Amino acid sequence: MSQTPPVLDVRDLSKTFAIRRSFFGRGGGAVHAVDGISFAIAEGETLGLVGESGCGKSTAGRAILRLTEPTAGEVWLDGERIDGLGAGEMRLKRRDIQVVFQDPYSSLNPRLRARDIVAEPLRNFASAIPGGIEERVADLFDRVGLRPDQMDRFPHEFSGGQRQRLVIARALALKPRVIICDEAVSALDVSVQAQVINLLARLQRETGVAFLFISHDLAVVEHVSHRVAVMYLGRIVEIADKAALYGQPRHPYTQALLSAAPVPDPDGRRDRTILKGEVPSPINRPSGCHFRTRCPSAAAECAKVSPVLRDVGGNHHVACHLVEG
Amino acid sequence: MSLLEIEGLRVQFRTATGVSRAVDGLSLSVDAGQVLAIVGESGCGKSVTAMAILGLLPEGISRADGTIRFEGRDLLALTDREMQKIRGKAVSMVFQEPMTSLNPVLTVGRQIGETLRLHEGLGRRATEARALEMLRLVGIPEPERRLKQYPHELSGGMRQRVMIAMALACNPRLLIADEPTTALDVTVQAQILDLMRDLIGRTGTGMVLITHDFGVVAEMAQRVVVMYAGRKVEEAPVRDLFAAPRHPYTRALLDSMPRLTEGGEAPEELTEIPGVVPALTEPVRACTFEPRCPRASDQCRTLYPPFRECGDDHMVACWNPEPQPDAAVAEPRRQGEMKA
Repeated sequence: MSQTPPVLDVRDLSKTFAIRRSFFGRGGGAVHAVDGISFAIAEGETLGLVGESGCGKSTAGRAILRLTEPTAGEVWLDGERIDGLGAGEMRLKRRDIQVVFQDPYSSLNPRLRARDIVAEPLRNFASAIPGGIEERVADLFDRVGLRPDQMDRFPHEFSGGQRQRLVIARALALKPRVIICDEAVSALDVSVQAQVINLLARLQRETGVAFLFISHDLAVVEHVSHRVAVMYLGRIVEIADKAALYGQPRHPYTQALLSAAPVPDPDGRRDRTILKGEVPSPINRPSGCHFRTRCPSAAAECAKVSPVLRDVGGNHHVACHLVEG
Repeated sequence: MSLLEIEGLRVQFRTATGVSRAVDGLSLSVDAGQVLAIVGESGCGKSVTAMAILGLLPEGISRADGTIRFEGRDLLALTDREMQKIRGKAVSMVFQEPMTSLNPVLTVGRQIGETLRLHEGLGRRATEARALEMLRLVGIPEPERRLKQYPHELSGGMRQRVMIAMALACNPRLLIADEPTTALDVTVQAQILDLMRDLIGRTGTGMVLITHDFGVVAEMAQRVVVMYAGRKVEEAPVRDLFAAPRHPYTRALLDSMPRLTEGGEAPEELTEIPGVVPALTEPVRACTFEPRCPRASDQCRTLYPPFRECGDDHMVACWNPEPQPDAAVAEPRRQGEMKA
C-alpha cells in the first residue's frame, strides 16, 4: 500500500427504506434506494453522479454524509472508515466532508448575517486560526467572489447565485477534503450557473478539494467532472473517465440518456433512442437487470441474472450482459 | 393576419418596492402551425407574457396595456366571461408542474371531461369517449384504467401527458406552453417533446413555447424571441439565432451553457455573464444589459437602443450588435470596447 488512499472511498454502499405494512396488510417490503454502489474519488478529482429522479443519487450522497444511516457498506475518508463512527467522532469528521445542496435559501439561517454564517463552522470547530476568524471570513468572501460590504447582509438580501456562493464559502471554511454537491447549480439561471461552475473549478485548482457532483444535468456533469458514474434504480450501471463515458457510452441506458438530451443546435438533431415507458418503481424492481424492461436490446439472460459492474478495458466499467469486453 | 399578434404589451405589478415593469413594450406574432419560443432567464417576463395572453394575471396588483389580438380580437379588451369561453378552447395551456395544475380531487377522466362539457357541450357518453381518445392520442397506456385514476396515482410524465390531453381536447388553435418539460427527466422530456411536435404538426396549432432551455428551443421552435428584463432584445428564425446571435446577451447565454461534446474538446471555462439582472422597478433610459455587456459603449449608457433590423428577418435591440459571421473577418472586433 504505497499509494495514498483515495480521499473518499465508498464500498458496496446500500440504503434500504422499509415500508410499513398498511392496516389492510398490504404493502410491506422495502425501497432499495441505493443498492451496493462503489466508487473512489482522489484528491483534486471530481466524480459526477448522474441519473434520473429516483435513481438514488441523492440518497447515496446523504448516506455518505450519514444524514441518513446507510444500511450496509463502508465509507472511507482519507483511509479512515467513517460509517461506524459514533456521533461525537463523526461530528469532527464533518470538517473534512462538506455538502452543498440545490436550494441555498433553505440551507442558510435567515436570521444570521452573512459573516456569521461563514464564521459559524470556524467558531464551532477551529481552535486556533492564524490571523483570526475575521480575516479568514474576509478571505473566504474574496475567494467565492462576494464583496466585503455584503458581510453584514442577511440571506434574503442576496440573489440566488450569491446565496450559493455564500453556502460554498461556508463549506470551504474548514478546508474540507471533499464536498458533496447535490444539484448545487440546478436551480440557477444559466449565466449564474456558469459563474458558480467556474468558481467550483477554480477552488478545486487552488485547494485540491475533491467533489462528488450529483446532478441530473448531463451537460453540466460533463463539464465539471473528471470521471462520471451513471445510476439507474439504485445501482451504478456505468462508470468511466468523462471522455470515454460521453464519447463511447457502453451501457444502453447511458446511450439512451445521452441521446435524449436536447441539443442546442437546430441542425444537430441526432437519431434518438427514445426509451419507452418510465423508470419502474424502486419498490418493485424488475428481476435481473433493472433496466431490461426499457432496454432496446434486452435478451432472455437479462431477466435472470443481475449484471455485475466489470472493467471492459481502460478503467471503463459497465454492468451489462450485452457489452463485449 | 397572424394567429396571435401582440403589440406594445406592458404588464406592471404593484410591489412593496414600487411598480415593477415585468413586461415593457413587447410585440410579437405567431402564425398558425408555427412554434415561437420565448427564451430568457428568471424574471425576464416570459411567464408573465403567457399569463397576460391567457388573461390569468392576478387582479388588483397587476395592470396590462397594449393589445393582444387573437384571430383579430383583442383579448385584453374582453370581459372575464368572454375570456373564459376562449381559454381552454381556442387558446389552451400547458404549465411546468402538472401536479399543481391538475385538481387533486378529480379523476383524470373528470378533468378532461370538464373542458369538453364546458366548451363543447358534449353529453356524458360522448365526453368519456373523447377523453379516452385523447389519452390514447398522448400515448398513455391502459387509458380506460387511467380515466378513473387521480393525479397522485400518476407519474410526472403521465401527469404532463394528461395536461397535454386536456389542452388539446378542444382542438385549440393556439397553445401556450410554459416550461412544459422542465420538471421532467430527460428520457421523459424527449418523449413529451416528440409528442408535442407530432400533435402540433398534425393539427396546425400555433404555439408559444416559453423556456429557459436552448436545447428545447432548438428541438421545437421555428422562431425565437429572446427577452431580457421585460423587453425583447432579439428575434430571429431559429437557425439564424443559433448560428449568428447578434445581441451580446444572446451570445453570452449560448456561450455560458455547458454542452455535451461526445467526448470531444470542451472549453476549460464557461463564459460568465458578470453581475445580475437589474431591478424592474428602476425607470429605463439606458440599455438595461449595459452594466453586464462586454460590448457596451457610451451610447449604451445614455439611450435604450431601438429594436431594429440587423439582417434578413433578424432583429435586435443593440447599439453594438455582434458582427455577422461573414462580416466578422472584414470588421475586426473593436478592441477598445471589449472587456478583457
